[in-house]
Amino acid sequence: MNGPLSAPGAPAGSSPPPPVPQPAGVPILRLGDVLVTGLLNELDDKSAVAFTEELTTRIVGDAARGVLIDISRLEVIDSFVARTLMELTTMARLLGARVIVAGMRPAVAITLVELGLQLTGVETALNAEAGLLALGWQQMPRPSGEAPRDSLR
Amino acid sequence: MTLYDEQLTRSAGLGPQRSPVRAGSATYSVSSEEDLLTVRHAVRAATVEAGFGLVDQTRIVTAASELARNAYIHGGGGSLTIEQLRQPPQQGGRRGLRLTVRDEGPGIPDLESALTDGFTTGAGLGHGLGGAQRLMHEFSVHSTTGEGTTVVVTRWNGR
Repeated sequence: MNGPLSAPGAPAGSSPPPPVPQPAGVPILRLGDVLVTGLLNELDDKSAVAFTEELTTRIVGDAARGVLIDISRLEVIDSFVARTLMELTTMARLLGARVIVAGMRPAVAITLVELGLQLTGVETALNAEAGLLALGWQQMPRPSGEAPRDSLR
Repeated sequence: MTLYDEQLTRSAGLGPQRSPVRAGSATYSVSSEEDLLTVRHAVRAATVEAGFGLVDQTRIVTAASELARNAYIHGGGGSLTIEQLRQPPQQGGRRGLRLTVRDEGPGIPDLESALTDGFTTGAGLGHGLGGAQRLMHEFSVHSTTGEGTTVVVTRWNGR
């Protein structure tokens, strides 16, 4: 397993690095066995495909069991983005990871339903915090006189 | 073949009589993925200018995104025209936004099927055309095999 927040591919030799897909511009952070990432509003088709490839690669590389995708900055989800989210969820599930999509804006939820899209099979949460909770993360206990314990999870 | 919805009973381009006043229009090319983003920004700005609330803004931008993507993917590129509308005072004086999406692609051979959810020949979910219809107040599509497709959608600001 990789070290924490390992940068992808520090090449050992001097050979040219393999062609990597254009990153979607959103970092994918690893917290234990959970990957945390998000989508930006400017998600075009190429970025969506690159994001899918990068995330599935990271799920396997980091042996992730959960993925949190924050979409609170997405102002529009059209059928292409919806399809991307549904496919990502299925791919992650096939790789043994559970995806939670968190932080959908109310106007986006209304529009999606009217559009006829229910994001079938995609698990959601009100916000990133609730999503992380569902993926097994506990809120850090407030210090209450006890010595700080390293029990983040 | 032409399908109409609600009050819009004329095809695009013909100035309807008894019509809302056009208060300005702009046309954007839809021939690359970057154009799709540009169009979304432009439509968003137009909805704000027309005084739409946040949910209506999202509806209209989403419909524009679906239609522009259709024109780009299925129509081989095209254009999107945004028109600011205002009804005459005796009809309520509401403001509205009309989007006209044109392409010169192969056309849609079977419009009934294309308006059915789940029907797709491309990389979407097949909700584009029918979805755009539901998100807008008025909808018309005119498609001729071999000549292209024009979709006109309008949403009125209720307030």
